[in-house]
Amino acid sequence: MILKSTIRTLALGVSLAAMMAGAASAKTLVYCSEGSPEGFDPALYTAGTTFDASSKPVYNRLVEFKRGTTDVVPGLAESWDVSDDGLEYTFHLRPGVKFHTTDFFTPGREFNADDVVFSFERQLKDDNPYHSYVEGASWEYFNGMSMPDLVESIEKVDDMTVKFKLTRPEAPFIANMAMDFASIFSKEYADQLAENGQEAQLNQQPIGTGPFQFVAYQPDAVIRYKAFADYWNGKQPIDDLVFAITTDNAVRQQKLLAGECHVMPYPNPADVQGLKDNPDINVMQQEGLNVGYLAYNTKMPPFDNPKVRKALNMAINKQAILDAVFQGAGQAAKNPIPPTMWSYNDDVKDDPYDPEAAKKMLEEEGVSDLSMKIWAMPVQRPYNPNARRMAELLQSDFDKVGVKAEIVSYEWGEYLERSKAEDRDGAVLLGWTGDNGDPDNFLAVLLGCDGVGGSNRAQWCYEPFEKLIQEAKVKGSQEERVPLYKEAQVVFKEQAPWATIAHSVVFMPMAKNVTGYVMDPLGGHWFDGVDIEE
Amino acid sequence: MFRFILQRVGLLIPTFIGVSIVAFAFIRLLPGDPIVLLAGERGLTPERYAELRQTFGYDQPLVMQYLNYLWGILHGDLGVSTVTKRGVLSEFLTRFPATLELSFCAIVLATAIGIPAGVFAAVKRGSWFDQSIMGTALVGYSMPIFWWGLLLIILFSGTWHLTPVSGRIDLIYYFKPVTGFMLIDSLLSGQEGAFRSAVSHLILPTVVLATIPLAVIARQTRSAMLEVLGEDYVRTARAKGLEPLRVVGLHALRNALIPVITVIGLQVGVLLAGAILTETIFSWPGIGKWMVDSVFRRDYPVVQGGLLLIAGLVMVVNLIVDLLYGLINPRIRHN
Repeated sequence: MILKSTIRTLALGVSLAAMMAGAASAKTLVYCSEGSPEGFDPALYTAGTTFDASSKPVYNRLVEFKRGTTDVVPGLAESWDVSDDGLEYTFHLRPGVKFHTTDFFTPGREFNADDVVFSFERQLKDDNPYHSYVEGASWEYFNGMSMPDLVESIEKVDDMTVKFKLTRPEAPFIANMAMDFASIFSKEYADQLAENGQEAQLNQQPIGTGPFQFVAYQPDAVIRYKAFADYWNGKQPIDDLVFAITTDNAVRQQKLLAGECHVMPYPNPADVQGLKDNPDINVMQQEGLNVGYLAYNTKMPPFDNPKVRKALNMAINKQAILDAVFQGAGQAAKNPIPPTMWSYNDDVKDDPYDPEAAKKMLEEEGVSDLSMKIWAMPVQRPYNPNARRMAELLQSDFDKVGVKAEIVSYEWGEYLERSKAEDRDGAVLLGWTGDNGDPDNFLAVLLGCDGVGGSNRAQWCYEPFEKLIQEAKVKGSQEERVPLYKEAQVVFKEQAPWATIAHSVVFMPMAKNVTGYVMDPLGGHWFDGVDIEE
Repeated sequence: MFRFILQRVGLLIPTFIGVSIVAFAFIRLLPGDPIVLLAGERGLTPERYAELRQTFGYDQPLVMQYLNYLWGILHGDLGVSTVTKRGVLSEFLTRFPATLELSFCAIVLATAIGIPAGVFAAVKRGSWFDQSIMGTALVGYSMPIFWWGLLLIILFSGTWHLTPVSGRIDLIYYFKPVTGFMLIDSLLSGQEGAFRSAVSHLILPTVVLATIPLAVIARQTRSAMLEVLGEDYVRTARAKGLEPLRVVGLHALRNALIPVITVIGLQVGVLLAGAILTETIFSWPGIGKWMVDSVFRRDYPVVQGGLLLIAGLVMVVNLIVDLLYGLINPRIRHN
């Protein structure tokens, strides 16, 4: 009996092995991802790990970021018009785009305006059947980018045309349309799920128009995709894409070295040099779209005096911070926006590191025996890998100019909450990672008057700066906006509401035979266009 | 015996309620508002914050939240993860077989090596063999798991290429899980080499997870054996002229096993705790990793539900151990 079943198993094994041999010639790219996706509906979440596994391989958006840049290019919309008053955006959709065909869904039609209207209305309208299709659906990014206040209506003009009406002119709107939450879903698929009472599947078995189609997810272990043969932009050079979820960075590195994966994100900074020296590994690098800063409370004396802030900025030894805290994976920041962003003003001069001059400036302003607090974040973030250490270095820098600093810290949620207070005591270490590559997403959110008491941790509301960024917000074209943002950066530097500290550098180690990988300044991981050389 | 079982089962009810309170309170005692964490640096307007608190039911008084939660448990509803939006029980059941498979292999390994090692050490008390076994056990007991796991990966996978680095099976094998146990599923799949791949992926995590229980079991077996070997009946057996192997194996070991079984039972808790680290290092998709992620995300329903399920499991294992005593040693059930 046992013998019989063994023989049967063996026979089955041999026949399957023969099948596998045929499949073995397929090109499979293995990506050792850093964590599990929370789900596969990107609009429900805000984490990059989730976007890497959902919006990037599976979905497209009306417009996309040109690979490797933050420029917006056509996606599922071939073109778009903006009305003269900046209140109407009309998108002309790409014809002939197909949705994925899988073992759980066969599309009956091609992509059209209904899909676009559905994808946004489910986030916008309380009465949409998909507005609360999972418990606690909060559409966090859609809300975070103020879309409910901004979008008045979304209309289907005809099958291939969609019109968005806005409540106010807002130039960054088009960049928002390239963000992950703006991924386009199949209305036909959603309707089919609703008919069967399986709405929650929309977040577990995604159907999109993207370069890869979803095959299977084993929680916390593996996500499998295959190249979509009918992709509107052509089939991918690889056949299968596999995410091997590996949370520990030392283990990811071992997997890369052992050939168990082709690409790994987020290496330990201390290991980067070793990887660079390895002849089998190629390490790509790019500045992250982020900034780490120290925000003074410009409402509290003596920090309401720009000269005092400027003096403290001059007391900071940024190079020492880059060496000790970033271990080489950082670049000194002089502007509040990172160098990879359009309108970055490279003519701005950073405050020189000059403790003597700083001390003198403080004396001239009549500041002596100053003691202050420095807030250190309790968590590691891309823009600040070790806030405690950074605070200690700042403490010793300030000490050299006669300013006594005390380091304080709170649990992360508390920290975010308390640091918003307008009467907060002390300067706060914090940072920001860009959402849509638009300068408005840094300058208005972090330094605009609306953000005082909220995301504007410097509590800084300065009329000349505010005027520039508000004007840039309503201007239609990028060319018109650039000089305004450049000017705003000059004003920022003069007024010094922050000490700009660093932009992190992101490393991406991969096997030498991986070609066509382009790093995304927005921090995402894309595998369309990637190939493996035999 | 029946009364004894009833008594023990009856004791589970207050313990279970106690655990549910602790699990509920524990995650709420941790600083950090889950809603503020959800929004991160971006922040929320006060209106949006209030709206979200209401969505998740955190605006109700704590007592009400607890009662709702308890009511849910009584109906078999452990709530929905605030992150993945999936049911806590189904998330647990998806991952639990992975943890169970690993823990089972670890406890088998720990017992299979730990008991003989302890017996030999006791029999050869004071010899170099005894000292080296006890020395190794002490080292094993004090080993930082994370460091140990990484060391094994670097040596066996990185340098010698003997075992895979992490995961449960090679990525070329793909089949739908049937039982959730990779060893069984790989056999059922019929794919050639799948079972072998699953076994090779199990080796390092099993060794790492078994290290501490192995050390504990070996030490416990040794001391229990030493005690028993000094008893009158063992001397009598020896005086009768029984073979030494029979004396040790039959007369001494059987009696020495009672405290050893207790220890093995207690190791279930240790294994589940150790699984948290082991699973993280080896990217093992079990409940340990799931719980850690959820604590960081302040995913209240998962943390409280997960704790309750794990505690329930430990309680059931302890109950079985208790009942086993009753079988092995009648004195216990009469007391």
